[in-house]
Amino acid sequence: MFDDFFIRALLAGIGVAFVTGPLGCFVVWRRLSYFGDTLAHSALLGVTLAYSFELNIALSVFLISSLIAVILIQLQKKTNLPGDALLGLLAHSSLAVGLVVIGFLTFIRFDIMGLLFGDILAVNTNDLLIIWVGGPIILITLKLIWKSLFASTVNYELAEAEGLNPDRAKAVFTILMAAIIAISIKMVGLLLITGMLIIPAAMARNISDSPQKMVFYSIIGGLLSVVLGLFSSLEFNTPSGPSIIAAALVLFILSLLNIKQSIKLKN
Amino acid sequence: MDNNILVKLNNAGFRQNGKMLVEGVSLQVEKGKIVTLIGPNGSGKSTTAKIALGIYKNIEGSVEKYTNNIGYVPQKISIDWTLPIRVNDFMLLTDKIKDDQVNEALSLTGVIHLKDKSLGNLSGGEFQRVLLARAISKKPELLVLDEPVQGVDYTGEIALYELIKKISDTLNCGILLISHDLHTVMTATDHVVCLNGHVCCSGSPIDVARNNEYKTLFGDQASQILSVYEHNHDHVHSDEGDIKKN
Repeated sequence: MFDDFFIRALLAGIGVAFVTGPLGCFVVWRRLSYFGDTLAHSALLGVTLAYSFELNIALSVFLISSLIAVILIQLQKKTNLPGDALLGLLAHSSLAVGLVVIGFLTFIRFDIMGLLFGDILAVNTNDLLIIWVGGPIILITLKLIWKSLFASTVNYELAEAEGLNPDRAKAVFTILMAAIIAISIKMVGLLLITGMLIIPAAMARNISDSPQKMVFYSIIGGLLSVVLGLFSSLEFNTPSGPSIIAAALVLFILSLLNIKQSIKLKN
Repeated sequence: MDNNILVKLNNAGFRQNGKMLVEGVSLQVEKGKIVTLIGPNGSGKSTTAKIALGIYKNIEGSVEKYTNNIGYVPQKISIDWTLPIRVNDFMLLTDKIKDDQVNEALSLTGVIHLKDKSLGNLSGGEFQRVLLARAISKKPELLVLDEPVQGVDYTGEIALYELIKKISDTLNCGILLISHDLHTVMTATDHVVCLNGHVCCSGSPIDVARNNEYKTLFGDQASQILSVYEHNHDHVHSDEGDIKKN
């Protein structure tokens, strides 16, 4: 019924949505959307290095994103600049360096649009394997640090005082962020990955009153966005990333209607 | 080592941004005992509590912690609206606690009716009661309470202090309490540490109340408390252990 490439894209997207759902909730709770953007922008550098040295793209992106996270932490310690300025500095400079490197790699034809906005045609069985092996590993790891991470999101000192390990949880979470960007870059494209993390979680926030529900709806929202987005991408021949994000936006708007209604009911 | 000791500070201090917040604090909290920190604003009470809890890493001196089963009520906590979190979720934040234990703790602090309410919609006093319920629900060995009744109405305040005293007796847990309410401190505490950037005096409530440094720190209020304290006694203990009515 559908072409193989479409089934592959669908499976890849579904796998990604299961992971972006819970991670996205933490991105919203911990106000990390700009941090996510920075890691995603640095992914372009990761891709170019992968081409230059014939590395696996996901691995190379993961390493570069992790490196950028480490540099960020070092800069935070060593300078008095505010966090968002440092994030901006790293986001734009790593994007710029990535684009400059592409300029030098004249012997390789880059699909820049595909890198920036995602390309469902580009998803191969190897990527599927990375998503469906990497995804569960990310989720299991998140489950392991969940208590410390969530407790410290509510209150750092409370978590630290009562025997949890917030610092380790935060470090592990940063690695998970780099990992999800690495496995979803082909699907959504590096400019829109943070959207995939934030928009379903934001939608879920509007209709949830507990953290578990928010994670659940965030996953559902992500799955719906992927399915709706990919079908419209196929139908209207639009790039996959923007189609998925646009679908997520539609869901978000619908969740706003829900808020309005509940406010009306209260009054 | 005395195995009743839960936490012990040896000449502990903490410096932040080049400023010494508190120094030279030695104290210990034992099972079933209430140790209270008093002192003016900025005297290092919360800092001392955080040193005891192990929140600060680069401290001077040392801290020995003999338990990890700790309940903590911090002085300041703000819940973000971005977190959809109900009282019940908050109760389970750091430990898996059985539902009837959660209910019991919420009932004891008088907020069981708020169990399914969103944390962000509580009043200051209600939230303070939830914080205390959370800290006691896990039946901790050590309770660290930093101004646990701030914003609670007057009758509630008395009831909660009675509850704290009862908890220390029934659970046999040690309590490190920070309080501004000198009257409560002087009546419910086993040991008082009076801080002003350093330990300015410590001992039993009555010893501290008689101390001159304490009197200078707290002024009129202090001597008033002393008189309250002394007038509470309608009997004296003789050396032989008899009780004589005044």
